[in-house]
Amino acid sequence: MEMTITQKILADHTGLKEVYPGQLINARVDIALGNDVTAPIAIEQFKKSGAKEVFDKKKVVMIPDHFTPNKDIKSAEQCKILREFSIKQQLKHYYEVGQAGIEHALLPEKGIVLPGDLIIGADSHTCTYGALGAFSTGVGSTDLAAVMVTGELWFKVPDSIKLIYKGKLREWVSGKDLILYTIGKIGVDGALYKAMEFTGETVNKLPMSGRFTMANMAIEAGAKNGIFIPDSATEDYIRPRAGRDYKFYKSDVQAQYTDILEIDVSEIEPQVAFPHLPSNTRGISEVGEVFIDQAVIGSCTNGRLDDLREAAKVLKGHKIASNIRLIILPATPTIYRNAMKEGLFDIFLDAGGVISPPTCGPCLGGYMGVLADGERAISTTNRNFVGRMGHAGSEVYLSNPAIAAASAVLGRIGSPEEIINKHK
Amino acid sequence: MKCKGKAWKFGQNVDTDAIIPARYLNVSDPDELALHCMEDENTHFVKEVKKGDIIVADTNFGCGSSREHAPIAIKAKGICCVIAKSFARIFYRNAFNMGLPIVESYEAVDNIQEGQEIEVDLKSGNIRNMSTGESFKANPIPPFMQEIIDDGGLMDHIARERS
Repeated sequence: MEMTITQKILADHTGLKEVYPGQLINARVDIALGNDVTAPIAIEQFKKSGAKEVFDKKKVVMIPDHFTPNKDIKSAEQCKILREFSIKQQLKHYYEVGQAGIEHALLPEKGIVLPGDLIIGADSHTCTYGALGAFSTGVGSTDLAAVMVTGELWFKVPDSIKLIYKGKLREWVSGKDLILYTIGKIGVDGALYKAMEFTGETVNKLPMSGRFTMANMAIEAGAKNGIFIPDSATEDYIRPRAGRDYKFYKSDVQAQYTDILEIDVSEIEPQVAFPHLPSNTRGISEVGEVFIDQAVIGSCTNGRLDDLREAAKVLKGHKIASNIRLIILPATPTIYRNAMKEGLFDIFLDAGGVISPPTCGPCLGGYMGVLADGERAISTTNRNFVGRMGHAGSEVYLSNPAIAAASAVLGRIGSPEEIINKHK
Repeated sequence: MKCKGKAWKFGQNVDTDAIIPARYLNVSDPDELALHCMEDENTHFVKEVKKGDIIVADTNFGCGSSREHAPIAIKAKGICCVIAKSFARIFYRNAFNMGLPIVESYEAVDNIQEGQEIEVDLKSGNIRNMSTGESFKANPIPPFMQEIIDDGGLMDHIARERS
């Protein structure tokens, strides 16, 4: 049988020659991830099961990143559960504040997740690692607990949708715009239960950062996983990081897809997702006059070095509008240090921004930039649901880092071209 | 097992931030989570829900984050069952793993109004609108999932398989 990359990875982790969409399988898991929000419940379930040790100390990963450095006493208690469990279980990959970063940026950066892996995480954006050509999906805390005990989990083999991106990207258009545009086209349940396979000449040229951003938001279309076919860019990224073997898979020519969608990217301008769904997208020229109170640049979607460079390119030599808050969150300590070394921090600080330690904080209305009633933010994060970044009466608009940076300068949602033209 | 209670209707794409806002995720105690269930979506819900009531929602219920706090909050609030046209996949898994009954039926959702009395027979998948007398059939639960439910949730299922 001709299979997709998703089927092949699942088959190899089940010990079967082939698997077909809809088949229920019990698969071996390479990496299982929990964080300070989801792991405390998983740890409780783990203890209830009567198990004494996790199935593999190197394969269970715990990252305190959502409300760290501890937001309040309750968060501190949750983190303490994570820390004590990780120390007791002698987990290889537990990272304390200072070494920890946003999980979905940190795990690839450290080479913990690799091409061909089967990864589960008790966090919906675990689908990010599909950028490496891995099968990676979000689950709940109890599923994580089950894997911590057994090293295995049941899955339904998903159908696949093939997305083919063709054409040349316009200026200021990035992976974020491609995925927002795609979600706008197919809807927030357009890929429900399915694998989104990202292909085509355009994404083949995308840097790894752009691929991570696209795979990261596959869940926003309801997908089980997003996946790229690994290539030389993947190899260049992985080779210096990998501490164990990895495997490149690719889809067979005759593999079956329930849908094939061709997208000409030369038509796509930078995208903005209006409240309150990631699918409410418009091109930047169709946004109109939307004034903002805050701009957030960071997160597991857009907190990588390339993203910060894009923002800096726009902000360089400019000041943000008065009474606007610009919050920048480098996703990991390494990104933080490199951004500092490159001089990006000077640009951000000169512009009037503030630089946060790595945390998920504001993306989910946790802390470090929560919105009041009636306030509006443009954000490079992944969700703009009601109350996502704070008060239920606040609004979130999603964009790429360049648009968010330009909007901070303009005080309203706008394009870098408006700033750059003004000064020519 | 049967559920009998008042219907609380919700629209499409009810996300997990609506079910339990992330600002409360610094706790995992079910009773504390239940205090804030759906509070940004419907302010009456959290105050007026009675034990045994039923949530009736459109497509893609539970989309967004993987937080198991969502089905935990709904269950702790006393909701007996969620009927929706479709569920987001992580929520679907979590609900089964947590022992929150969920059933899919387009027909039932289209023919149940807020406040009507509903009865759901979880074993047969029969849904009755007691206020109108109409009956509907839910999509069958896959046998594999039925096994997990019969064992009392995923962890008990694993415990049984290991023994």
